[in-house]
Parts: sequence; C-alpha cells; structure tokens
Amino acid sequence: MSEARPIEWSIERGKIWEFARACLNESAAYFSPDAVAPPTFPRTLSFWAPRGGGEQRGRSGFDLRRVLHGEQEFEYVRPLRSGDVLTAESHVKETYEKEGKRGGTMQFVITETVFSDQAGEIVAYSRSTTIQTGKAATS
Amino acid sequence: MNVGDSHEHVMIEKVDRAMFVRYAGASGDFNPIHWNDEFAKSAGYPGVFAQGMFTAGVLATFLTNWVGEENVRRFRTRFVGQVWPDEQITCHATVTSVGEGSAEVALVVENEKGEKKIDGDATVALS
Repeated sequence: MSEARPIEWSIERGKIWEFARACLNESAAYFSPDAVAPPTFPRTLSFWAPRGGGEQRGRSGFDLRRVLHGEQEFEYVRPLRSGDVLTAESHVKETYEKEGKRGGTMQFVITETVFSDQAGEIVAYSRSTTIQTGKAATS
Repeated sequence: MNVGDSHEHVMIEKVDRAMFVRYAGASGDFNPIHWNDEFAKSAGYPGVFAQGMFTAGVLATFLTNWVGEENVRRFRTRFVGQVWPDEQITCHATVTSVGEGSAEVALVVENEKGEKKIDGDATVALS
C-alpha cells in the first residue's frame, strides 16, 4: 500500500506533563525540562495528525459508534524526550474481516508508525489494531 | 528481577468519568462514546466507557512506577473488555523471563470481580 506523507511531531514538555497526569501518574520524571515521554504517549499523534493521515489511514470511513481499539504495541530503541522533533511515517500493514461473538462481522485495520529523530535514526515504533464492529460489542 | 517476581496495585479505587474527559483532553481522543451517555446509548452501550488507551496509560503508570520511567523498551496491550464508571481497577505484573539486560513481564488489568480488561506484556531494561 502507498506510504503516507511523513508528519513532523515535536515532543513537548507541557503535553508530556498533561498526559502523564491524565494517566494518573504523579512522577516528577515527567516534569523535568528533559522529561521522558510515558510509554503510551506516541498514541496521541494519531489524534493530532491531519484528518485521514497518520495512524488514521485505512479507517477514515469508520463509524465512531462501532470503532474499537483491539491492540496496541509500542517499541522503543530509546526513550522519547521533551525537545525531540520526530518524523512519523504511518502505513497500513494489513486489513481483514472476521466473524466475532461480541460484535458481528468485524473489520480489522493494522497500522504501523515508525518514528525517527533529527539524526534520522529510528527511535520508536507504534503498532495499532483498530476494529469496526457490525454492532455494539459489550463485554 | 527474577522469573516469577510479581507486583500488583489498585490503581483506581473508583473509576470516575471525569478521568475519561481529562484523558480526552490530554490525548486528543474526543470520541463522544467516552463522555456523552446519549451517544454511547445510541451506539448500543449502557453508557460511556474508558478510552482503551486511558486504561493502557494507567497500566503504563503502574509499570513505570515499578521499573522506572526510562526502562520500558516494549509495551503491548490487548483490549479484552471495556472499563466502566464506578469499577475498581487493579494492575498485575509478573516476570516471565529474564535475559541479558532485559526482562519480559506479563501484564493484566482487571476489575474488582476479576473481569479482565487488558492482557499485555512488556520488555523492560534491567539497569
């Protein structure tokens, strides 16, 4: 599948602090000038990227009522820090359909985003499985 | 760290929907299914439920509180059930293998009834 346009993403101290607190994290490590980003922080890129871009690729027509997040993985070559200016490139790795007990026919979209730093070194990966269900899927 | 070492903690005594609103603001995930009961009901749910990534973020807080903020090399979560307001949320971690410089940790999030919300695992650097 075609590659998306890369997105420049600045890791900001204030956003790290805000995000850490929203994850019920009171650690002072997220308040220092070279604060490290919490492990799940890169997910916020998918809501910051232009509509239909980044990790939203492949699910732009999805109905918010029927979208579920199936699985998410982050892999780090090194911790991300406040002050990093990263380039994020997302692509759709796989799409498929499956019959589910919880939600009828389910459409799966698997995307991967690769984050590189100013030196062009790959620093992190984010892999995401998004599901659109046929109906509400309550547990 | 040794194989079989484990750790658990009640991370949320009582889930409050204000937590979903705060996470929406911090993350940018404003899907109304997480803060608007009418919308959630129109989708067939009994009411609003947590962003999966809110719960994953709380699990990450639990993990970094244990292993250190800079030591998480990989963090994977599979979302197996929604988190609802008023539930109590407990996180569990168990070391499953120890290699050179890193360890594999199995992660679980569940409510007070033992109903599983997240199944996960992580690779942590041993400093």
